[in-house]
Amino acid sequence: MLQEHAKLLALLKETDEVTGRKKLQKLVYIAKRLKQPFQEKFQFHMYGPYSEELTLQMEEMAQASFIQETHEQKGGYYQYRYSLTPAGEEFLDAAMPEGAGLDAELLETLNERSAKFLELVSTVLYFDQLPKEEVKAKVYKLKARQNYSDEDIDEAYAFIDALRKR
Amino acid sequence: MGRPDGQLVEEKVFKDPVHRYIHVRDELIWELIGTREFQRLRRIRQLGTTYVTFHGAEHTRFNHSLGVYEVMRRMVENLEKKMTWDEDERLVCLAAALLHDIGHGPFSHSFEKVFGTDHEDWTRRIITGDTEVNAVLSRMGSRFAERVADVIGKTYENKLIVSLISSQIDADRMDYLLRDAFYTGVSYGNFDMERILRVMRPQEDQAVFKLSGMHAVEDYIMSRYQMYWQVYFHPVTRSAEVILSRILHRARELMRGGYPFRQEPVHFQSLFSETLSIRDYIRLDESLVLYYFQEWEDEEDPILRDLCRRFMNRHLFKYVECDPSKQMLIWPELQELFRKIGLDPSYYLIIDSSSDLPYDFYRPGEKDERLPIHLLMPDGSLSELSRQSDIVEAISGKKRTDHKLYYPRDLLEDQSEYAEEKRRILTLLHAQEGS
Repeated sequence: MLQEHAKLLALLKETDEVTGRKKLQKLVYIAKRLKQPFQEKFQFHMYGPYSEELTLQMEEMAQASFIQETHEQKGGYYQYRYSLTPAGEEFLDAAMPEGAGLDAELLETLNERSAKFLELVSTVLYFDQLPKEEVKAKVYKLKARQNYSDEDIDEAYAFIDALRKR
Repeated sequence: MGRPDGQLVEEKVFKDPVHRYIHVRDELIWELIGTREFQRLRRIRQLGTTYVTFHGAEHTRFNHSLGVYEVMRRMVENLEKKMTWDEDERLVCLAAALLHDIGHGPFSHSFEKVFGTDHEDWTRRIITGDTEVNAVLSRMGSRFAERVADVIGKTYENKLIVSLISSQIDADRMDYLLRDAFYTGVSYGNFDMERILRVMRPQEDQAVFKLSGMHAVEDYIMSRYQMYWQVYFHPVTRSAEVILSRILHRARELMRGGYPFRQEPVHFQSLFSETLSIRDYIRLDESLVLYYFQEWEDEEDPILRDLCRRFMNRHLFKYVECDPSKQMLIWPELQELFRKIGLDPSYYLIIDSSSDLPYDFYRPGEKDERLPIHLLMPDGSLSELSRQSDIVEAISGKKRTDHKLYYPRDLLEDQSEYAEEKRRILTLLHAQEGS
């Protein structure tokens, strides 16, 4: 019963709260690439890997009152804040009585980082079949407005290495 | 046939019911259309199982791909009047539009869900791999194929080009809305595409639309909204899709368990074992899938046989509306009852949600999430569409979530066996709907 939705509830349970849709998108993408059992399909959009399916699943869970979605206006756009509700926790227990098998430490580590940094990490992961120099060139071209530096990209690589070695 | 400038000596045209004519002037485009990978799209329907609901929806990804190419050709023609355009970039644009769906497989939405394949990955592999398409593209230069694949994958450095083929209002969506409306026979998918193209203005990262053309864009948004609910998300189509994906699950499970098929699915073996090559992938089409489904109607396995008969003869599952917060309370009992009457709930009790659908409708979203539609105001500034349009604002925030629970009502209404359990199941299902 809605197993993929339940995994997202489990993610919110482990992280307490995720601020920003972009951050949530990148967090799930990175976790999926690091072998967490998410199935959502991602495509590259203007701001990196993005899943319409994930956006809709969150909307469905907000409608079902499984998650609390608060949004605040920020310069003409809204920023969303997600957390688990008691009804969501009850659903999670019913749908996945044995747990979702998520790596809580990994999710917390990701959630501690900024959306901008996770955007960079997810972009590096998206192109990880390319040599590092080509990935850098992609980041500079595709993410020109974010002004990522060489050091930022090196930090993203080190971050991914550390997560993979855990 | 071609000239030194890459143009055909004589323009070719395809008669098309949506755009009237599709004009081909470039030798490159003509040769791409003739490749076996592109011709294969004739055997893959654009709307998958929608034909079980709207019998006219037999159009293919071939028609649609030609249509997207034509829309892009007109866009480029219009934009060329307002900006300088490199000839090479023009061809990248046209080739990307033509090939954007080349990686789609048969009933690709279900196949992707079950087997974890991704048509965008296959698109890249077909464009850059050992294929006829790649051989044609490579004649344009060593990096040309890669550039076309980058545009389709949305990782091309020229974001304006990417946005023409993949954004909230792009050549792909404009063609499929008009085409799907035409072939399904519904009247609400239409909008004034010519007007939209005329008010389109190029910017650094995307095309924007003059404020004076806002009503044409509104009409497009409304069409998208109505097609979403009336066609793409039709509950009968979803029922066929549910059964199709269960057939694929069952066939894979049987294959992995060493089941002796009467008709061995040799064409699916590498798909099931996750060793699919480009050659194997290109051989898959809907004729082949339906051939196996027809053969499997006589298989020994009762689940595979029943599901195939249902799919082939349009004997689909019925549904009740489903509220997950209430569903969770009865789910364990429902599953137990299904097992008791000899129906495996993983094949006969399925929730399908709006998030399972590969279509969406417009909403502005959060900053940096994805690019919204922008209007070009008279003072030269940009304004997000829903901030100017009351109509778009009204539908942007509307509820669009929906869950349905599919089940074989015919088997439950046959109460010659397990009558008490079946009555209880029907009571639970209908209580859910009525609550």
